[in-house]
Amino acid sequence: MNSAIVQRTGVLFADWMANWGRVVLDGVETVGAMTLFAWKTLRWMLAKRPPPESLWPNLYQVGVLSLPVVALTGTFIGMVLAVQSHFQFSQLGLESRLGAVINMTLVRELGPVLAATMLAGRVGGAMAAELGTMRVTEQIDALDSMGANPIHYLVVPRVLACLFLIPTLTVMADFMGFVGGYGYSVAILGIDEHYYLYNSEQFVEAFDLFAGLFKSFFFGAAIAIVSCYRGFHCRPGAEGVGHAATSSFVISFVLILMLDLFLGILLDSFYYTVWPQGASLF
Amino acid sequence: MMLTDSSTDVNQPLLHLQHIRVRFGSYTVLRDFTLEIPRGQTLAIIGESGCGKTVLLKSMIGLVRPEQGKVWFNGLELQQLNEQELTRERIKIGFVFQQAALFDSMTIGQNVAFPLRHHVRMNAAEIPSHVVDRLAEVGLPSHVVLKKPVELSGGMRKRVGLARALILDPELVLYDEPTTGLDPIMSDVINELIIRTRSRYTVTSVVVTHDMRTARKVADRIVMLTPVDQLKDGESQIIFDGPPSELERIQDPRVGQFVRGEAGSRLTEVLH
Repeated sequence: MNSAIVQRTGVLFADWMANWGRVVLDGVETVGAMTLFAWKTLRWMLAKRPPPESLWPNLYQVGVLSLPVVALTGTFIGMVLAVQSHFQFSQLGLESRLGAVINMTLVRELGPVLAATMLAGRVGGAMAAELGTMRVTEQIDALDSMGANPIHYLVVPRVLACLFLIPTLTVMADFMGFVGGYGYSVAILGIDEHYYLYNSEQFVEAFDLFAGLFKSFFFGAAIAIVSCYRGFHCRPGAEGVGHAATSSFVISFVLILMLDLFLGILLDSFYYTVWPQGASLF
Repeated sequence: MMLTDSSTDVNQPLLHLQHIRVRFGSYTVLRDFTLEIPRGQTLAIIGESGCGKTVLLKSMIGLVRPEQGKVWFNGLELQQLNEQELTRERIKIGFVFQQAALFDSMTIGQNVAFPLRHHVRMNAAEIPSHVVDRLAEVGLPSHVVLKKPVELSGGMRKRVGLARALILDPELVLYDEPTTGLDPIMSDVINELIIRTRSRYTVTSVVVTHDMRTARKVADRIVMLTPVDQLKDGESQIIFDGPPSELERIQDPRVGQFVRGEAGSRLTEVLH
């Protein structure tokens, strides 16, 4: 009886281990394949100019069509920050520093992350679905059969569009967040305009803006590579296309937050190494 | 690597697949598969769904890379070619896809002109007339150039796919299920276009189909495949290789069953 239970437990444990092993192996294989995909994309980016008929629509899609939604969300995030910070800061009698905390948070963190999240949702999902549909309907094979490399023709323009335009979207999110935070703080919360602007100017440095923009390049590259990879490796059928779109957003979002953490640590270390007497809120 | 000294030797087969094996995961689609296709021949590849016809067709142009074996086109081994060399060879091959595979984002004119714009140094003003000529050859009026693929019927899309495949005057045209999903009249139109294409351009053609009417009408030679999991050890995947006229005389019941379209024992398998 006991030996049967031990044997059964052993089998269950072996199955459990095998399942985890499969998950880990699949994960390693996907990371490897995605790295090779990124490497091929980089090689094509350096080897040949992207086809203009493919580049311009992507620049329009990523840049122009994403602007309104990034601007709108940026404005609301600025206002939300004002609402949330005001109560805490008023307890300490530091309402006049509201401008510093709102704008620093926006420029260093929320602006880049928000713009990247919007890009991942609005553009990344669409890229994965579009390329996935092209895979399923053999349009990618058709490109290959006509001697047009699909990575050069389809992936490079999308990666370039994300890389070049995500900083402008980040600046838009930063600016509209500033407008929203300023408007709410001054017009509704009654914070003194002079101190709001003075503190913002004192504490938000050019390095903060640089840090946000620097991170946004990595976010843009991650979104484009992940979305294109998921589209290129889409499973057949409507379900496959749906899965490619959803998984591209989920993976991009996780990557954005992971990159944000590691790049934040790296940039802070760099900043305090170069300028040990950095600005402080208090 | 060259198969012979001259890549344009007319006696040498245009396409030669040697002992190729293609697997997807643990599923073997093609096993030790060998086939030679002489220049000028129209070969129909028939067989039940899932027997590897489309995979075979894609192996011929390097869209699917065999795990083992070699594919020679024009005396050149495709696996040994670099990106540029492979591109140079691929543009000598036209591929007509099952669902036409037209680019949704482009107009019909842009679709048909795509190979020209990418591979031929041609004055941009000359391209539209070439496109219109090719479309006329497949029976499509010039005004379709401004339409998008979604605005066309299935038969029209297939004909656009054929016009696009022919725009660079290929030496080899590969057709993947050219008549699937079409009504009998449009199927016959496509069959006639395949025959006219061969006579007009003296191309070599490979037609993957399970439409016996198409196979009999267009082919000089028919090859029938069977799925690997239905083969005995050491048995060839090709269970028929000959002219259409010999199809009726063959003794293999699998061939007869397919040609006559009889369910036979397969019905029992499906129901149990």
